[in-house]
Amino acid sequence: MDTPPMRYIPNAEQDVQEMLEVIGIDSVDRLFDTIPESVKVRGLLDIPGPWSEIEVRRGFDALARKNVTLLDAVSFLGGGVYYHYQPACIDQLLLRAEFLTAYTPYQPEVSQGTLQAIFEYQTHQCMLTGLDVANASLYDGSTAFVEGVLMAQRVAAKKKRVVVARSIHPEYRETLRTYVQNLGIEIVEVGWTADGRIDLEALKGACDNNDTFAVAVQSPNFLGVIEDYDAVGAIAGSAGALKIAVIAEATSLGVLTPPGQHDFDIAVGEGQAWGLAPSFGGPFVGFMVVKDPLKRHMPGRLVGETVDTDGRRAWVLTLATREQHIRRGKATSNICTNQALFALAANMYLSLLGKDGLREVATQCLQKASYLRKKLTEAGATLPYSGPVYNEFTIRTTRPAGEIVAELEKEGILAGIPLSRFFSDAPNDLLVAVTELHTKEHLDSYAAAVSKALGRKAS
Amino acid sequence: MTIPVESIENEVEEKSRSTARGREGLIFEHSKPGRKGYRLPDLDVPEMTLSDLLPGSLLRDEIADECEVSEVDVIRHFTRLSKLNASIDAALYPLGSCTMKHNPRINEEIARRPGFAFSHPLQPEHQVQGNLELLWLLEQTLKEIFGLPRVTLQPVAGAHGELTGILMVHKALAKAGNARKYILIPDSAHGTNPASANFAGYKIRELKSNSRGTLDLDLLEREVNEDVAALMITVPNTLGVFEDQIVQIADILHRKGAYLYCDGANLNAFVGVARPGDMGIDVMHSNLHKTFSTPHGGGGPGAGPVGVTQSLVPFMPTPTVAKREDGSYFLDYNHPESIGRVRAFYGNFGVLVRALTYMRSMGPSGLRRVAQLAVLNANYIRARLKGAYHLPYDAPSLHEVVFSDKRQSEKDVHTLDIAKRLMDFGFHPPTIYFPLIVAGALMIEPTESEPKEELDDFCEAMLAIARECEETPELVRSAPHTTPVRRLDEARAARSPILRWKAKK
Repeated sequence: MDTPPMRYIPNAEQDVQEMLEVIGIDSVDRLFDTIPESVKVRGLLDIPGPWSEIEVRRGFDALARKNVTLLDAVSFLGGGVYYHYQPACIDQLLLRAEFLTAYTPYQPEVSQGTLQAIFEYQTHQCMLTGLDVANASLYDGSTAFVEGVLMAQRVAAKKKRVVVARSIHPEYRETLRTYVQNLGIEIVEVGWTADGRIDLEALKGACDNNDTFAVAVQSPNFLGVIEDYDAVGAIAGSAGALKIAVIAEATSLGVLTPPGQHDFDIAVGEGQAWGLAPSFGGPFVGFMVVKDPLKRHMPGRLVGETVDTDGRRAWVLTLATREQHIRRGKATSNICTNQALFALAANMYLSLLGKDGLREVATQCLQKASYLRKKLTEAGATLPYSGPVYNEFTIRTTRPAGEIVAELEKEGILAGIPLSRFFSDAPNDLLVAVTELHTKEHLDSYAAAVSKALGRKAS
Repeated sequence: MTIPVESIENEVEEKSRSTARGREGLIFEHSKPGRKGYRLPDLDVPEMTLSDLLPGSLLRDEIADECEVSEVDVIRHFTRLSKLNASIDAALYPLGSCTMKHNPRINEEIARRPGFAFSHPLQPEHQVQGNLELLWLLEQTLKEIFGLPRVTLQPVAGAHGELTGILMVHKALAKAGNARKYILIPDSAHGTNPASANFAGYKIRELKSNSRGTLDLDLLEREVNEDVAALMITVPNTLGVFEDQIVQIADILHRKGAYLYCDGANLNAFVGVARPGDMGIDVMHSNLHKTFSTPHGGGGPGAGPVGVTQSLVPFMPTPTVAKREDGSYFLDYNHPESIGRVRAFYGNFGVLVRALTYMRSMGPSGLRRVAQLAVLNANYIRARLKGAYHLPYDAPSLHEVVFSDKRQSEKDVHTLDIAKRLMDFGFHPPTIYFPLIVAGALMIEPTESEPKEELDDFCEAMLAIARECEETPELVRSAPHTTPVRRLDEARAARSPILRWKAKK
């Protein structure tokens, strides 16, 4: 196994010798003379390989087969990652080398494809959220949320408190706590009331200190309930705080009034639901869209329209003085690499589905979730929250949610996410997500299995 | 002197008339009422009226001006757009510090296996044992490559890794009684280093490089005190020069209780040849989209795992992946001193799958050959071009070489012009005007993926441009001449930004 693999490294021994001659040294090892001998690896690293493609397939297929996939079972898992329809042509187009193997478009004359696609992506984001300026993408929903909060704090300068709904995705909130731990930002969390929406009285109390720079709610929230943007916005507005909307289920924008229409300042979220594979949690695409006056405070890249020396319309990275490669320690964010390829995928998805399709996907999600809710209540589950929902909702039963999940797994159903994973006071609550990929048969058999699981307990 | 320019332009004009039917419009400009690019199954549950499902105040109107296009329109549009990009599959893409190497297609195939692509992060652990095992194997492999005892896979980019690493340093120092105030960063560093350190709660002190382009040990000795939390250093640095006193550097920091952070963006220069942990580096990120061949995708996604020394292990982000005695794997949240998670779920899993695929394909002998040939290729370019371009630092370099435009500037031709002219020869330009310590820098990193012929073609192009700078400088100054668009008015884009398309009313 001492013969190194050559398929990705074209130069063979003859080339190496010719090149050494031009350089004027006699061995490749001489090139590493500046590395102290004391830190050089003796022999080879102790790692497996090299493997041929045949062995790679064999080895990784063995791993892949150990997983239960969303294709093997009927899944009602959501919680920030949704299994939606993926148009076939998107992945084919993503594999085009000109997109896949290009770098960040710093040289616009040879990167117009990427630049124009980002400009289109930005346009889709603005249309969907009802806001003015979108950036070229962030890592994911959780870090987009964090960047939204950090941006709001920059705008507000002296204020130190951010009030966030406890019904924002628990892992998003945890990510926020990690990021701000040394920045002197105080996070105040506000719970929910019987309708599953943010507790407005508590929100008012939390904001009532002249120190709150932003209020953030997720809608639909982690319990599945759609928040009342206007009511939240009124309280945040009178406290002089910026209003941040978090969207973890991006297809909801196909049917729900967008944050921009409710005078929210910042929308951040996760674009995975726009046809990206669940992929065990990533890579996805985080988005951020803001009101126009905030644009120079934004993190990440922005693509703008301009002309070339011949007057032709063209696109270029712009307002870069916000960014780390120019502003360094004073940049609006440390972000450099983003999720450009998946911003491109989102652009393709949004273009293909378009005006009618985005609404139809969202409407089907809404209709099917409503049908399943009715079926599950008939099966003996209750709905602990009375607020309006989109495609995801919480059910409560007489049994611990983990037991329901274990029992339905035997029937090839992934029943949902036990909320006890995130909230210790909700042992019997299960978070259930429905998409347009579910058939009536899936929904009926799910309800029947829940009924059976509850009946068994009762008997 | 203007004649060559015009003749090229005429030729280009003619070419574009015959090959392209004008410019590719925006996807929104292809939109026509009634077109559709999708079809869903008919709704198979009893249909309710929407207003029975949701209050009217929550229902949006139709999304004004959104697309109405067919699949054909979409495929044509994006295929045409793709043709406007340079890419590593088409030619050498010698961006310094970016490691634009070949992206093996087996990586893409493996990441798309349904077992990986269609698994959900919140499935019960016994259903995703294959994923957890893969993450565990990747950590074992990176531990060996880094020479460090643990690696977190959660960060999804280099800068994300930097932030994660410095947050761990902060927490470790705070626990020891003093989080300290400053991070030292050489003036040759990537911009993300100071930005990340700032977001981790530190102030920055910049260290001036010495005449070799490396760190001055006397200066370091003077600057390191009980207020300094860490030094962030890139190895080899952004000139491609290895800090040959790295062991002493680590020692100076450790004596004062400070940490040594390594920006691993340039790991391709020494992967399999030397290990950061053995050099005294305490914490380091590696950009898997550089050294480990995952595609850059026009700017992402990436992955930036962070290796840490034993004293930082308690502070790693949660969860980590652990193995039980019975051979099963689980997500380990039991790190009471953790800095917390830095992202939802477990990182860019799909990128991690690709990177491990590459590590297995290469094995230890392959990874070592990567470093050897990457360094050989860079030194070959250096040897061929040093007669024509100024080498501001002549210290031996590893995987990249930095020239400047000093000679060409005498003819009033500058780095930007040279970069643009390279496009006419079919090459993406090198990184330009970076590192900041070199005026008019041209930073060239060929990687091990390039055959000698490609390197020769590139060198011939660079030499031809050097001649043009002498003989027909206007040709270079007005370049590019053959690209889909000419130089852009970047000032106009920033002055009155147009950041989205709007329908003409």
